[in-house]
Amino acid sequence: MIMRAGNGRAVPNRIDAKFSALKAEGRSALIPFVEAGDPDLRTTLKVLHALAENGADLIELGIPFSDPMADGPTIQRASERALARGASLPDILEVVRRFRRRSEIPLILFGYYNPFFRYGLGRLARDAKAAGVDGLLCVDLPPEESGELVEKIKGQGLHMIFLLAPTSDPARIRLVTRKAGGFIYFVSVTGVTGSRSRFQRDLASLVSRVRRATPLPIGVGFGISSPKQAAWVASFADAVVVGSALIDAMEKAKRREDKAKGAAVFIAGLKRAMNRIPKK
Amino acid sequence: MSETLMPALVALEKAYGEVRRDAKFQRQFHYYLREYAGRETPLYYAERFTRKLGGAKIYIKREDLCHTGAHKINNTLGQILLAQKMGKKRIIAETGAGQHGVATAAVAALFGLECEIFMGKEDVQRQSLNVSRMKLLGAGVRVVDSGTSTLKDAMNEALRDWVTNVRSTYYLIGSVAGPHPYPLMVRDFQSVIGREARRQILTKEGRLPHYLVACVGGGSNAMGLFYPFLKDRRVKMVGVEAAGLGLASGRHSASILGGKVGVLHGNKTYLLQESMGQIRHAHSIAPGLDYPGVGPEPSYLYDCGRIVFASATDSEAVRAMRTLSEVEGIIPALESAHAVAHVMRLAPRRPRREIVILNLSGRGDKDIDAVAKYLGDQL
Repeated sequence: MIMRAGNGRAVPNRIDAKFSALKAEGRSALIPFVEAGDPDLRTTLKVLHALAENGADLIELGIPFSDPMADGPTIQRASERALARGASLPDILEVVRRFRRRSEIPLILFGYYNPFFRYGLGRLARDAKAAGVDGLLCVDLPPEESGELVEKIKGQGLHMIFLLAPTSDPARIRLVTRKAGGFIYFVSVTGVTGSRSRFQRDLASLVSRVRRATPLPIGVGFGISSPKQAAWVASFADAVVVGSALIDAMEKAKRREDKAKGAAVFIAGLKRAMNRIPKK
Repeated sequence: MSETLMPALVALEKAYGEVRRDAKFQRQFHYYLREYAGRETPLYYAERFTRKLGGAKIYIKREDLCHTGAHKINNTLGQILLAQKMGKKRIIAETGAGQHGVATAAVAALFGLECEIFMGKEDVQRQSLNVSRMKLLGAGVRVVDSGTSTLKDAMNEALRDWVTNVRSTYYLIGSVAGPHPYPLMVRDFQSVIGREARRQILTKEGRLPHYLVACVGGGSNAMGLFYPFLKDRRVKMVGVEAAGLGLASGRHSASILGGKVGVLHGNKTYLLQESMGQIRHAHSIAPGLDYPGVGPEPSYLYDCGRIVFASATDSEAVRAMRTLSEVEGIIPALESAHAVAHVMRLAPRRPRREIVILNLSGRGDKDIDAVAKYLGDQL
């Protein structure tokens, strides 16, 4: 996936570059997820930097929606907090722009279709690219219905990230891997987002089944909440996505000024555990 | 729809496709509609109501006489048979006014399946009669306290449960909204209303009606009545939305008249939403109309001009409820009263030889307390 730099030079998409570099080092990526605007956009900017400086390899930024049907209570609360302060796509893209002044870490926007649709799909692709976004994941858009958005996103050199789940049979795996770019996001549980203490024992083999169908890196997310779990997932996946547990850690830091620190400490803990596993 | 649910939807579409053309399934469905739900419902000539309004002849399709008190059972019977065929052991459903919840709980009891109904906290409080009925029928009632604590949030929570329990659980959606194949399936099951009405009016009057009027929340009772008449080009169709405190006030549930196109719960349709795509809180005195969206098929039929949309405010609906009660001795549900309100505007303007069919989607026992409270001393 080639993006064009301001001077017309072709540069690889940051997501591809990052995964290539990690592969060469024999390491898996750590991908934290935060809800933009939770508790406010200024804090989000600080949190993004804190994550980038404490072990994040890529970052997922959630666009809040009034009806997050794929999310559990933690992310629902985060969305409600963000919406209470009026967080919207244009403002969030401005945060991305500011973040980009000091960071080259790959950024993925994560959200539901309706806000993207109202913003305008073409406008979204152009503005996201201009702000410095590298990929988009639309949680409630099935690949069958994704044609128009994928075309606009890819046209700007961005990746469209797709989900696969334990319920995805070989036919769906084929359908998704044909359209996917960047990496495949494998949902670890049959359920919604939220920290979990247990996972399916056959998670590693479910991931291998997907691996056989695509050369793309495979990230696993939903429910991962401890350094031990992160290290375990890193042993068979190319990326570990952590959302609710990070947001829980930030919720514990009561004062706004302490949230970025809370995020940093939590992410650093996960990264240390992941670095301890043998290189691939 | 999230990826985790896609295989379930694909399987559901396939299963429904098989039963749609299966004579044995259809016979079974009609058996229960007849013997359990009490169909065929009368198409009643409301003579006093007609004389009072002084215009077109008004026939009332009596879905309020169905078992559990509304048209919802037509759909829950169809879907429970499908769930059983698919080997599902557990049924979940969302509910606003509680009628769909009750109709689901009833058929779950009938077929011996575990049942859980999701209902917004606000709705639980204003429709406590229905909550008790569901519990008596053996269903669990999960009170939803997120978002606006009304129907759309109940649906979100039902979807979350479905994602988590997708292999064992059948999600029984109550209206012609949601992801495919639900809008199609629910419309097909509800079409018994229109097929009967068409047969009945031809028998009684020897001609087709001029107007069909139904209230529209999600659109299931409207599509049920309208669908079998779609090809009868001269039959006009009016969907009546809830204007709440008035369309201009912003406090209403009129998704078509006051909304914009968007995507929610797996379908593209008209939604009440902010400019940035956040879904707005709907308002109506009728909890069953309190959904900030509408089904994709009514939306499409509106776009191509086949269905015209009108609206009635809370006070117009209450006035219509009182009028029908006093003039015909029939207490309509607040939802259906919206259709009654529109007929009260329409019939006087039409010549006496014309025929209006009004879909009385449910009876109003569940609403007595709310109406008494609304009217205060005037009752």
